[in-house]
Amino acid sequence: MSLSTWLNRHAQNAVGALGTLSRNPVATALTVTVIGIALALPAALGVLVQSGRTLAGDWADVRDFSVYLAPGIGLDRAEALARELRVRPGVESVRVISAGTAVAELSKDPGFAGALAALEANPLPHTLVVRPLVSVDGAALEKLGAEVQKSNGVDLVKLDLEWAKRLSAVLDFLRRLGLITGGLLIAAVVIVVGNTIRLDIQNRSAEIEVAKLLGATDAFVRRPFLYLGLWYGLLGGVVAMLILLIGLWALGEPITRLAGLYGSSFELGGATGGSLLAVLAGGVLAGWGGAWTAVARHLAAIQPKIA
Amino acid sequence: MIRLDNVTKRYDGAREALKGVSLHVEAGELAFLTGRSGAGKSTVLKLIALIEHPTRGNVIVDGRNLGKLKDREIPGYRQQIGVVFQDNKLLADRSAYENVALPLIITGTGQREIGRRVRAALDQVGLLDRERYPPRTLSAGEQQRLGIARAIVSRPKVLIADEPTGNLDPDLALEVMALFKRLNEVGMTMLIASHDLHLVEHFGARCITLTGGQVLETPVAPLTESTGAVSP
Repeated sequence: MSLSTWLNRHAQNAVGALGTLSRNPVATALTVTVIGIALALPAALGVLVQSGRTLAGDWADVRDFSVYLAPGIGLDRAEALARELRVRPGVESVRVISAGTAVAELSKDPGFAGALAALEANPLPHTLVVRPLVSVDGAALEKLGAEVQKSNGVDLVKLDLEWAKRLSAVLDFLRRLGLITGGLLIAAVVIVVGNTIRLDIQNRSAEIEVAKLLGATDAFVRRPFLYLGLWYGLLGGVVAMLILLIGLWALGEPITRLAGLYGSSFELGGATGGSLLAVLAGGVLAGWGGAWTAVARHLAAIQPKIA
Repeated sequence: MIRLDNVTKRYDGAREALKGVSLHVEAGELAFLTGRSGAGKSTVLKLIALIEHPTRGNVIVDGRNLGKLKDREIPGYRQQIGVVFQDNKLLADRSAYENVALPLIITGTGQREIGRRVRAALDQVGLLDRERYPPRTLSAGEQQRLGIARAIVSRPKVLIADEPTGNLDPDLALEVMALFKRLNEVGMTMLIASHDLHLVEHFGARCITLTGGQVLETPVAPLTESTGAVSP
């Protein structure tokens, strides 16, 4: 078989499968919508997790820990320690707050202003504010704090591990929930497509039987159904994209307004080109996989016969 | 061209459909397989079409022992034989042209060659003017001729037919048989199963009679004048 004939045959199968879908518009629309919803749910969860990570970034200050230097330690030593900490693994940034800056900030608070004015000398030490990377979990954060505590000139390390552990647990939970939900719903798409293709195989059993009797290979018989599954998946992916985009558009503004009422700048993240492409690719793979499963199970059972 | 050597076929848990059948159809020969219902005619054709495998013995077609073909070689073998069915097995949702084109599409023949050969086959069976018609709009005789066009379009060396006139009235049956006769005259080997002895006797061809799964006799049916008188 020549390459052009081979390509022509694939093109005919692809177009023919589209024709099969268009001949049953209602059934096709229902199936594609079910696939679209099933694909949109994990995609929406993905966007939610991504937005949660952004929110975690906003909350990163709750993971910040303060390093109070001992009284009498100079600013030079504070700057040197900050440089040492910045190159440590797991540290995102280190900010130096000099004793002078700290007392000036504190003086702005009317409750402290009078008391500070009564003091002869600045009682506050130089302080380092260390921001760990988001990827650093609670145990690693505890270890980092203990190591910093041993550094020369450090008086006290103040670390709120409970917050760090809670945030880490929430992110881990969401990540796993996304994986499980995504896996289950992709499996649902495979089953929906597989069942639809199974019915199509049954409806066309006479044609398959004749084709096999005339010498059709398994690949020849299988190909139209694989294209059918591929189209189901692709169209379902398009529907999922639309659901996702419309959903984000509809919920984005109210969520931002709600977050604003709680003093947060949280915004629901938009679907990126990559995530939309992933939805389409997921649909195509799930559709093709479902078709392959059905074809592998049911085509072999149809064999030619002479009455 | 077609040879069965001491072939026995026993279906699962059932009686023996064929009991040590040996027969031979020469290249270019037209032979009839006759016998009552249940005699084993269809089983012989199923073995030749590789729909069934013999329990014992060998089936050899065009020098190939079918028992030794691998599964992946079966489609290629089937592409080289033509099969005509009593019930036509035409695809209702396709046109006459598309039905006849199917064997050529399966073999990956180019579109232009498909068009040429399909129209030649339709012309041979007298249905060229019906190429756009779906099978349901054709008469029973036309449907059977369409089935024959599909069987011959890939120019097989061997054509087998299972009761091809079983659903036709006597005039149409003669018409279809005359068509087979004409195809045979250009060198196609044919084995036609039919229980209609009166019809078979119109043609000067060897008659292989099966009874109870065994070959009874293989007389040559007399060539009668009516053979030539049958109009296509």
